[in-house]
Amino acid sequence: MERGYVETRDLHKHFGEVRAVDGVNLSVREGELLVLLGPSGCGKTTLMRMIAGLETPTAGEIFIAGERMDADVPPRARGIAMVFQSYALYPHKTAFRNISFPLEAMGQPPRVLRERVHSGARMFGIERLLDRFPRQLSGGERQRVALARAVVRDPKVFLFDEPLSNLDAQLRAIARYELKEFQRQIGTTTIYVTHDQVEAMGLGDRIAVMEKGRVRQVGSPREVYDYPADTFVATFLGSPPMNLVEHDEETLIGFRPEHLLPRDVFDPREDVVIYHLRVRQVEHLGADRLVYGSLEEERRSDQPVIAGLPVTITMPVVEGQVYEFAVPRRAIRSFDRRTGLARGRGDGQAGSGP
Amino acid sequence: MTQDAAGTPRPVGGERVALKEAESVVVAAPAIFRRRTLADREDALGRLLLAPALLYVVLLVGVPFGMAVLLSFSAARSGTLTFPWVGLQNFWTIAADPQFRLALRNTTLFTVVSQVLVMVLATAAANVLEAAFFGRRGVRMLLLLPWAVPVSLAAMAWTWIFDSTFSVVNWTLRAVGLLKGWLYWFGDPTLAMIAIITVHVWRMFPFATVIVLAGMSAIPAEIREAAVVDGASFWRRLFQINLPLLLPVVTVAVLFGVVFTSTDLSVVYLLTRGGPYNSTHVLASLAFQRGILGADLGQGAAIALFLLPVLVVVAILMLRVARRAEVGG
Repeated sequence: MERGYVETRDLHKHFGEVRAVDGVNLSVREGELLVLLGPSGCGKTTLMRMIAGLETPTAGEIFIAGERMDADVPPRARGIAMVFQSYALYPHKTAFRNISFPLEAMGQPPRVLRERVHSGARMFGIERLLDRFPRQLSGGERQRVALARAVVRDPKVFLFDEPLSNLDAQLRAIARYELKEFQRQIGTTTIYVTHDQVEAMGLGDRIAVMEKGRVRQVGSPREVYDYPADTFVATFLGSPPMNLVEHDEETLIGFRPEHLLPRDVFDPREDVVIYHLRVRQVEHLGADRLVYGSLEEERRSDQPVIAGLPVTITMPVVEGQVYEFAVPRRAIRSFDRRTGLARGRGDGQAGSGP
Repeated sequence: MTQDAAGTPRPVGGERVALKEAESVVVAAPAIFRRRTLADREDALGRLLLAPALLYVVLLVGVPFGMAVLLSFSAARSGTLTFPWVGLQNFWTIAADPQFRLALRNTTLFTVVSQVLVMVLATAAANVLEAAFFGRRGVRMLLLLPWAVPVSLAAMAWTWIFDSTFSVVNWTLRAVGLLKGWLYWFGDPTLAMIAIITVHVWRMFPFATVIVLAGMSAIPAEIREAAVVDGASFWRRLFQINLPLLLPVVTVAVLFGVVFTSTDLSVVYLLTRGGPYNSTHVLASLAFQRGILGADLGQGAAIALFLLPVLVVVAILMLRVARRAEVGG
């Protein structure tokens, strides 16, 4: 197994009966941005807090840059910097003093301190805000101050705990782009926690999808999207999620809404699977149309199925009618009905496990 | 319809008619819902609910206070009904009185030293009690006891602890070998003052601890964790993060402490009665002695009122500090 820059081995954290983190083996490569993605309560934040040293593992090991982080290695000795969801700026200190605080704690002389604060501030374009108090800053500016505070100590690993969730939607897209730019520029290994799949897909070099304290899959955004390791990953990623339809007693088949298109759209030579779709409802969302319906095959099911038609397909779709739709065979995934695990392409990338 | 100056028609009766129609619809509802009850009349209800508190303040605080102010300008004595106006005479007399000056000095010393000790101890205790350990709830309960015990009961226990013959402090110090002679706690002015401050700190610090604890739990967890991740040591976190963020709350605690301490009569009176040789009097106990026991109501009132302007200024200053810290400037 490749040796990760940050590694967890069979890491557990139990709160009484609750297994918040339940045996996680994770390997983060040097310089990459790994996103921990999962619904709230899946253990992603607890996992990050254990890596930071803010939480003591119930069992298991953590390695950062090859060094074992025992429970008695305090956060300050781990070479990490963390950006919190609320930014956690010190409200009684100016932006300058906020950014310089970790350097003061390291005992840096004032000259070095000033230099590094200014170069950190320059990196995020907040030099003119250094005299302000957090309450005098906008959400986006606070986030930059928090990032600058994380950068100045030159950490081995960045830990980001949903740092964009407090920004409004418009700002978030820009901030996401800038964050990615910045991480690529300085190339510091980064672990990023979010429940937002768009953020995860956009930011991550790799994504680790978590559920119920376990890592379900680790892979590049394309891998986890195109080849989900199980039905949880299949339905958690993608909006609307992957359609799952019963195939037989043992198999579920899955296909993404954007692959379920009217039969006529496909080249007649293309290998497709044809489904008859009874349309129940149509939503016009601007860039595409969402068609809600159910499949009318010999195995009728009332499970709703969603087709995502791009605006380029102008064919009229009337509610209540049955249409011939198709899915390219290469886009069809199959899952074990009982375990939910993916079949075929055997490398389901069950990220956990050596 | 009437016509106003501009000549545009303005409905007058129309509205009333509409209202009447609306009323006729709800006629069917039970009578109790239609009448406006007291609970609907917020202005009247507000006054009614405030009245007891207002009455209490006026009768039990306002009137005695007004009387005290009047008395301080008079040579009234208890037992007579005369009210000879003497102007500022009482204040001149006490200002020249060495006994009064000593009491003023004692009050200042008593207040400042006990408040400093209380705040240091309370902050330390709050930090300890915040940590998770087995039996924390029990310890928290125990800690509040001194505050809950009636002061006369506590003073009795403390009189024994500092007793000239049976002082457990002395016996312990001797047993450990730290004390050669014997300490007469209430026989020596300095020792008596130390005893008074000790008891007062013991009484005040649980309350202050609870206030500081409440203040600490109000600091967002992420801010405190950020300081940990940023690599700050315990002392740096305490002095640079926790204490500054606690400042508004601590200020309120100190303000209360200063007012309670500088006007407190019970500890001094129950422990030493101002002795030995009137050396441990504070203003409150001196006022009580002169005014009530000594029957010189005028002078007693003057002594009691002496600190009022100082306390008002202290209160204003502290509230300002608290406000500024709250705004985060």
